[in-house]
Amino acid sequence: MERRAGEDDRLYRNAGRKENVRTSRSRILSIAHKEFFHILRDFRTLIIVFLMPVVQLIMFGYALNLEIQRVDAAVIDFSRSTASRDLVERFEGSRFFRPFYFEGGVSQVGDLFKSRAARVALIIPSDFERQLLHASPVSLQVLIDASDSNAATLIRNYCNQVLVDYNASRGAQLPVPFDVRTAVLFNPNLKSSYFFVPGVIAMILVMISALLTSIAIAREKETGTMEQMLVSPVLPHEIILGKVLPYIALAFADAAVILFVGLLVFRVPFVGSAVLLVLLTTLYIITALSLGLMISTRVRTQQVAMMLALTVTLLPTILLSGLVFPIASMPAALQYVTYLVPARYYLLIVRGILLKGSLLGQLAAPALSLVAMSLVLLVVSVRRFSMNLER
Amino acid sequence: MTAPETRGIQITNFRKLYGKTEAVKEVSLSVERGELFGLIGPDGAGKTTLMRAVCTLLVPDGGTVLVQGRDAARDIAAVRARLGYMPQRFSLYQDLTVEQNLRFFADLFQVRQKEREGRLEELYRFSRLGPFKKRRAGALSGGMRQKLALSCALVHTPETLVLDEPTTGVDPVSRHEFWEILRAIQKEGTTILVSTAYLDEADRCDRVALMHEGRIVAVGTPEEIKAGFRHVLYRLAGRDARELRRFFSGLPQVHSTQLFGDAVHVVFAKKPGQSDWEEWRHALEGKLEHWSPERPSVEDVFLELIGSGR
Amino acid sequence: MHETSVTTRELTRRFGRFVAVDRVSIEVGSGEIFGFLGANGAGKTTLIRVLCGLLKPTTGEATVAGYDVYTQSERIKQNIGYMSQRFSLYEDLTVAENIEFYGGIYGLARTKLRQKEKEILKNFGLHRHADSLTAGLPFGFKQRLALGCAMLHEPPILFLDEPTSGVDPRARREFWDTIHETAGRGTTVLVTTHFMEEAEYCNRVLIMHVGRIIALDTPDALKSRFEKRTMQEVFLELVGKEIGETRTRGQHGEQGEKP
Repeated sequence: MERRAGEDDRLYRNAGRKENVRTSRSRILSIAHKEFFHILRDFRTLIIVFLMPVVQLIMFGYALNLEIQRVDAAVIDFSRSTASRDLVERFEGSRFFRPFYFEGGVSQVGDLFKSRAARVALIIPSDFERQLLHASPVSLQVLIDASDSNAATLIRNYCNQVLVDYNASRGAQLPVPFDVRTAVLFNPNLKSSYFFVPGVIAMILVMISALLTSIAIAREKETGTMEQMLVSPVLPHEIILGKVLPYIALAFADAAVILFVGLLVFRVPFVGSAVLLVLLTTLYIITALSLGLMISTRVRTQQVAMMLALTVTLLPTILLSGLVFPIASMPAALQYVTYLVPARYYLLIVRGILLKGSLLGQLAAPALSLVAMSLVLLVVSVRRFSMNLER
Repeated sequence: MTAPETRGIQITNFRKLYGKTEAVKEVSLSVERGELFGLIGPDGAGKTTLMRAVCTLLVPDGGTVLVQGRDAARDIAAVRARLGYMPQRFSLYQDLTVEQNLRFFADLFQVRQKEREGRLEELYRFSRLGPFKKRRAGALSGGMRQKLALSCALVHTPETLVLDEPTTGVDPVSRHEFWEILRAIQKEGTTILVSTAYLDEADRCDRVALMHEGRIVAVGTPEEIKAGFRHVLYRLAGRDARELRRFFSGLPQVHSTQLFGDAVHVVFAKKPGQSDWEEWRHALEGKLEHWSPERPSVEDVFLELIGSGR
Repeated sequence: MHETSVTTRELTRRFGRFVAVDRVSIEVGSGEIFGFLGANGAGKTTLIRVLCGLLKPTTGEATVAGYDVYTQSERIKQNIGYMSQRFSLYEDLTVAENIEFYGGIYGLARTKLRQKEKEILKNFGLHRHADSLTAGLPFGFKQRLALGCAMLHEPPILFLDEPTSGVDPRARREFWDTIHETAGRGTTVLVTTHFMEEAEYCNRVLIMHVGRIIALDTPDALKSRFEKRTMQEVFLELVGKEIGETRTRGQHGEQGEKP
């Protein structure tokens, strides 16, 4: 590492004359340099950081194949019309469903689900054809066994896809209540790996940026090295910057590896701008780092840092960002919580850029949300970052 | 001297290897019943290894260890039942109270119900922890924590008590108190083997063994140990202690020097004569004002034994 | 001892209702080795931390190297070296990397740093270990390295908080040799210790109990005043008596040193 001798000399001679101490690039670099050693020497963590996402990709991509095929669908057809038969044939024709006519009543659908004879029931009203002909809103009841909510969501998406196709073929307007068109349009085969590559990137970035940084700072507090730094002329933002820089680099390296594996092995399309992706990924990393900093200002030990970081960063990223469970299928209260999860916005960004080729203008809303979050978190954590042992 | 099998602890030609390094090299040592015996030496001298062997926690690579006549490598259960051990990093349950900790160890050693209450009362009295029964161990001061750890090791009234550096990091007052408790326990007839890195604590023991690099370099009562000092120690004072030190450390007959605040300790190979002193005073132009022979400390003896030449 | 380098007047630090440092007034001269003695919780560490700018005083005055602890902590930080009770080097860095890191945060120029690094490695007998990981060093070496890092920027004032606990006797004497040498060059050394032999190495010692000064003098003066042979006996006499008194008053805190 190159140190700027001239600058150091000036600073050293000035020391003790004026109370305001200037920011020193060499001090930041010294801290960053040392932090790199910590990262490189902790081999186990390094392996986890690079291997885990690849394993996750493989798990999500192959083992955990969420594409459900040939779902048994009970059809209760009160209409018994050409239109209704046509619709059922559409379901038959898709590779997702295996419809059968069920002669029992609507009240028995629950039993069907319990015995797993069907996982979805399609109830066609008696005036189905008439409504269609009058182009008035059609009420079609779809009951889905939501005991596996994940599968239920997928089944709902597939249903919608079939209905959209049906609509298109009729040239009529059948109201489709779910906004699944993006997925269906841009991921026509509903390949789950297309979703999981961006998801794993979002997750690993938050892990490195928030989890590892907060642990790294807590470790210095725990071992007493922070105390040593605090009695030196280092300024708070120098400590923060120095500690955080290497993790930004690590996060980028890791994101690149995941993207590379995603593009090569899972053939995820990359239709958008690489520059935009790097730019907005940086923004997301900064948000996650701010979150990590905020955690580290509140804890003294690595153990607590880890527990806290897992609960406020990693778990929400997995559970509440739309990575695994679609936000639309969450209870309303939880949906509001998702607005606080940075990964929610980042997923929109990555999916947008990779799959749709979205431009910055189209991603303004999630990007601005991330900017706002980072600003709030940074201000709070730099303020709280204690330069003594009072807290 | 008593017969080996009736001694408190009898270690004969004990050796222990860790990989290729010999942590303890052919050590023999005997501790009489009811004796307070100190194992003294710096970190890494082999004290802990020796103590663990006494506590049946290590198998010797050579030699034997008898505890109250029983082989610590074979008769493990019988030795353990009559032995109290306080390891260096004694881990009390920080989230349990003083009383809960003691009761847990009483359960562990199956102390009988009718003896238990009396024993606990005794231990509270010894350790003066009575008023703190309900305090969580984590909230105790360093000295009190050590006393609780000691009490836990004593809960089953062992014949032999082994303590590995119980006073490390404890302040001088608590240390003093701790040693007084050990004396009281000894009066009950308990054999005590205690290690310490504080050389001045040697004076608290009946007999001590000085250990260095896996060997015992001296054994005896503290007075015998100090009498073994072969050199002569003087304390010098004057106007400029640093100048005095510089001067004396340059003399051929001086073994070592040490600054003591405004005074200097000088170890001579042999006792200097009056004419020597006059000559030095003259050479130092009056900077040397006082000199008097000083009793060597155990630390001085130890440093001499391990050859701390400059 | 003409110039004073640390002065406090009625310095007090409270943690809630607990008074850790209670109206302490001291004056330490340049080049002096000044010892702090006291049982755990006596307030030694808190006092040192206040002087280093790690804790704010509650009331009273204090200057370090002529700078006010309330308003000029940044300037104080440039004039002090500090070695904390806990071993505070990076175990996963090599000896040389630790030196370079601390040199870096103190803003030492490259050439100056190289020179200081060589000096420390030589003077502290660490040259053979320059590229070994700090974690694997014997404890005595680690302590010497910590001292070296604390003195890297040649501070006029050095604070050492129990620098020798766990160090073997020979290493301890060598350590003290270094301290004496440093003081000989004009550095003020303020040091806390549990070893009463070490108290005798100091020019003056301050004995504290529950935050207050109970004695302050040279070791020889204290020994003759209390007619004791060693500082150990002086300490036990003084602090033992105090503890007895506080116990009978039923106020003895018994809490550990506050963070």
